[in-house]
Amino acid sequence: MSGTAVTDKTTKTVEIDSHAINFGPQHPAAHGVLRLVLEMDGEVVERADPHIGLLHRGTEKLIEYKTYLQAVPYFDRLDYVSPMTQEHAFALATEKLLGIAPPERGQWIRVLFAEITRVLNHLLNVTTYALDCGALTPSLWGFEEREKLLEFHEAASGARLHANYFRPGGVAKDLPAGLEEKIAGWAETFPKFIDDLETLLTANRIWKQRTVEIGVMSAEAALAWGFTGPCLRASGVPWDLRRSQPYDTYAEVEFDIPVARNGDCYDRYLVRIEEMRQSVRIIRQCLAKMKPGPVKIADRKFTPPPRHEMKRSMEALIHHFKLYTEGYHVPEGATYTAVEAPKGEFGVYLVADGSNRPYRCKIRATGFAHLQAIETMSKRHMLADAVAIIGSLDVVFGEIDR
Amino acid sequence: MAETLAALAEAIGAMPGVSAVRIDKGELVALAGREGLVALMTALRDDPRCAFEQVVDICGVDWPQREQRFDVVYNLLSVSLNQRARVIVTADEATPVPSVHGVWPVATWWEREAWDLFGIVFSGQPDLRRILTDYGFEGHPLRKDFPLTGYVEVRYDEDRKAVVYEPVKLVQDFRSFDFESPWEAITTLPGDEKVHQLRAAEQQAAAEPAAKG
Repeated sequence: MSGTAVTDKTTKTVEIDSHAINFGPQHPAAHGVLRLVLEMDGEVVERADPHIGLLHRGTEKLIEYKTYLQAVPYFDRLDYVSPMTQEHAFALATEKLLGIAPPERGQWIRVLFAEITRVLNHLLNVTTYALDCGALTPSLWGFEEREKLLEFHEAASGARLHANYFRPGGVAKDLPAGLEEKIAGWAETFPKFIDDLETLLTANRIWKQRTVEIGVMSAEAALAWGFTGPCLRASGVPWDLRRSQPYDTYAEVEFDIPVARNGDCYDRYLVRIEEMRQSVRIIRQCLAKMKPGPVKIADRKFTPPPRHEMKRSMEALIHHFKLYTEGYHVPEGATYTAVEAPKGEFGVYLVADGSNRPYRCKIRATGFAHLQAIETMSKRHMLADAVAIIGSLDVVFGEIDR
Repeated sequence: MAETLAALAEAIGAMPGVSAVRIDKGELVALAGREGLVALMTALRDDPRCAFEQVVDICGVDWPQREQRFDVVYNLLSVSLNQRARVIVTADEATPVPSVHGVWPVATWWEREAWDLFGIVFSGQPDLRRILTDYGFEGHPLRKDFPLTGYVEVRYDEDRKAVVYEPVKLVQDFRSFDFESPWEAITTLPGDEKVHQLRAAEQQAAAEPAAKG
């Protein structure tokens, strides 16, 4: 590839002595199916051109052909590392258009599981990010801890990963007996685990050499490039949707928003570690403040009747049948509703035309904006640093490619 | 919160290029023209009352029955003032929308996506390649007239030792279930036409004197 002549309109000839390499789509450090075309000057990255879409499944198009309830499971399959927070965005958007709000307990359960999902996501990201930089142990530890959380997911929803638990109008069903105590027990031991995890990385010389002052984003650049979530907070912008535009019961819980200063890969790691501690704080408060009660609204036009009622009541049977065939009609309108997903702002722009299917459901994927900045972040960095940058951005291709 | 939103609506409504502003479900929606869009967006970013540092999302919406069939929707977020706004511009297949990548660099990929999925052209965008669909893909899949099943399917051909593209062959016909209740969709039931006509005539007769008086 050396000696390529590039001609533009002013017929200026530029000699480029560089070579291009394909990073991925099957590279273990590409976090999925990222094909990154890197133009290299020796070991130094000159240009990075991410080619995405290898996991494109047409989720937005498919949702246009499904009822609102049938659309929920698609959200699990976007960012499959943090399924419930994405259902949360869709549920909130649909509720806004319908003008309904879930009962208190339903909201608490959603906040509780949104935070469990956040810990799930950060555990996977921090540990595999360390793995990309050559530290094997954190991922072995992290996956063990993740498994405990996935058991909570399974106990509540019946599925480890694709939960389909948050529904417009509340959650699918109440928590099984004893689960709250189990989560409380886990919340007692988990801070110790984070301490242990930190002993492996935070002060580790190799880890710091790989991440400190790598991929620095200033606050202005981070805003311009559409950064949100931990990546934005690592650049020194104290912005968290849970605090500034609270949804469900986030306004009633106390937590701190960790903010770092330098905006490098190391800071993005530190912010995520601290966020896990804060999530445990929120989980404890949720468990303390949750009271028994209904978990979904009682309006049978939106949520199905209980099974036992269907055996006796004709009305209930009709409601069940109508809900699972026709679904409910959502009045005409549009909303952009966003939640603070573990990776950043996850938004749903939902346009309803009064029928039982969404007219348009645009999914604002967090990583889509982050991945675009790879070019500016990795410029004049070594090839191995590009790996650290991808890891620190926390990209998952399920959501980027949709 | 409501007063600040109303004040913001007033401020945005007075900006050149904005044709209408409304507050819908607590969200500010501004309709704007294509001409002067970049100036408007720059003003929205730099005006201290707006301070929209981020465009969190740009997306298309297809309304094929309209003459200007596309809506281009810009969702803006101000981190410093904690407010959101939505700017909607219309377009059709031929007329380009000015690119805002000079205002927010993140816009490049959102615009590439809108081009890829809808075929909305952005003028001044230097990197208007496809982004989500396959290399060499034809058509714009999120348009309402693009079938859900698509036109081609891909498989690996063992004989030719290559990936081949073929027209979609469905083993089973595509089924689009219409669960809409017939009682809401059909206004005149078979055999009921006369009753319906009478009722319509009565309503018209009742409405006419009211309109005159």
